[in-house]
Amino acid sequence: MAKTQTGAGQRALAPARTTNRFLRDFRINKYLYLMMIPVIAYYFIFHYAPMYGALIAFKEYSPMKGILGSDWVGLKHFHDFFNSYYFWRILKNTLVISFYSLIFEFPAPIILALLINEIRSKSFKRVAQTITYMPYFISLVVICGIITDFTNADGVINGLFTFFGYDGQAMLQKPELFRPIYILSEIWQRIGWESIIYIAALMSIDVEQYEAARMDGASRIKQMFYITLPGILPTISIMLILRMGNLLNVGFEKIILLYNPITYETADVISSFVYRKGLLEFGWSYSSAVGLFNSVINLFLLITANYVSRKVNKNSLW
Amino acid sequence: MKEQSSLFDKIFYAGIYVLLVFLIIVTLYPLLYVLFASFSDAGQLMVHKGILWRPLGISFDAYRSVLANSGILTGYRNTLFIVVAGLAVNLVMTALGAYVLSRKNVLWNNTFMLLILFTMFFNGGLIPMYLVVKGVGLLDSLWSTILPFSISTFNLIIMRTAFMGIPDSLEESAKIDGANHFTILFRIIIPLSMPVIAVMILYYAVDKWNGWFYASVFIRSRELYPLQLVLREILIANSTDSMSAGASAGDRQQIGETIKYATIMVATVPILCVYPFVQRFFVKGVMVGSVKG
Repeated sequence: MAKTQTGAGQRALAPARTTNRFLRDFRINKYLYLMMIPVIAYYFIFHYAPMYGALIAFKEYSPMKGILGSDWVGLKHFHDFFNSYYFWRILKNTLVISFYSLIFEFPAPIILALLINEIRSKSFKRVAQTITYMPYFISLVVICGIITDFTNADGVINGLFTFFGYDGQAMLQKPELFRPIYILSEIWQRIGWESIIYIAALMSIDVEQYEAARMDGASRIKQMFYITLPGILPTISIMLILRMGNLLNVGFEKIILLYNPITYETADVISSFVYRKGLLEFGWSYSSAVGLFNSVINLFLLITANYVSRKVNKNSLW
Repeated sequence: MKEQSSLFDKIFYAGIYVLLVFLIIVTLYPLLYVLFASFSDAGQLMVHKGILWRPLGISFDAYRSVLANSGILTGYRNTLFIVVAGLAVNLVMTALGAYVLSRKNVLWNNTFMLLILFTMFFNGGLIPMYLVVKGVGLLDSLWSTILPFSISTFNLIIMRTAFMGIPDSLEESAKIDGANHFTILFRIIIPLSMPVIAVMILYYAVDKWNGWFYASVFIRSRELYPLQLVLREILIANSTDSMSAGASAGDRQQIGETIKYATIMVATVPILCVYPFVQRFFVKGVMVGSVKG
């Protein structure tokens, strides 16, 4: 509405015009501005203020002096972190766990969606979907409780393995088993839920394409590879970009619930380290520096993934 | 040629069914195990190893102990508060934000949108968040699990997309009749977006019901512990002692096992009961908010 008012000949008056436009807009939409207040306040307080608070990564934060009053120490905390024994360990663990989840967990829901799509029986389809997304609704605490219990020395999984002559030992006490347990349980919980988005994408594929393919004698497998898969490729690539942007945010809540000092060597990741150093050991500034390092790398990965995707298949978030 | 491909298709089909049935069993079995174990006799469960096909004996002792436990009960009450109050805050705030951002002829909206999107990909980190929550005086209050999470930006985008899909003409005619933005939002937009609202309720409610991490960071007082924190003590820290008080040490260890399973049931069944009813909205909700493809 406001746009039609700005004639080409009045460019010279731009600043005055802007104020005018703003006032006019404000008058028309005053309730809209009222609605914006709580939303802006929320984002300002709980999202932007912590970003400002991240400044303590460059300071020696003391609660007495506050964020502004604390002394600057420059890159000291980053320096300490990069030179510490933990740096390589948690960076490696974070990257390895993310990489495993990228190659094992990411494709799982896509495969499930493809399988469910091939099922003709409506009721079986429904049962399969209902059951596979059920675990998503179970809380992490309960899931981790079940995992702990099942992997116990006398738990179900060990009970199964004793058939094959495996001597029962608590699996969560073994560093080399932490990652498989983490990834497998992650797939177990999320496969159904994450397949929904692909199933939704599958539903929008044109049926005529399949009919045409059948006329040409394409088998079901061929139809799957040449029609279905390309049909959901854009969705897959968007999900992949989003995933890349969160690559380093591996599910630390679950790690915190499952790990213990014995498995730190394979289980401790950047965010669980931030949690431990910051909240349990009160190294606030140090921990913030580590957290900031994590956020910056994530942002960089997201931008890179988006750029690559735009170049490769013209699909991007922005 | 045609025959061959159809035989191949048959094998292909059989493979798919086998895989799916396997997946269903693997998904369901742990839950059935917990169900069976929770009704089992503590003594028999202790000596049992491996797979469980049915409850070993029938005993409700574990459920009795769980429901008599004051921690679980206050946990339930706190969680209910968090879910109800949280849901109200979430829905109002998300609807306001989504409405404002779905209007086309408002100044500054693009900037506003960018600033909001940015928060999805960059944040200040855990410690600065903790300091902010402390700074606004929410520490050790149930509101600390509600207000800092008033809007999930992802949900906001889903809702905005739904609002943008409502024809402008409806809004125009309401305006001519003298409606202001509040009337348009609450009388026209929201009633027309019920499926998406239902999905939002589900997403937010599950999140609130299952949330434990921020509660563990922000809440100190035991009487404010939500259910999941109480569960964490029982399941992860393995302390069922307070519930089996009065039993001898050996019995206590035995009943402790079944109490764990009964607790899982008590905490999980409510959410699993709701979900078949809302399930039909999932695909719809995801499609509304789905990334363009």
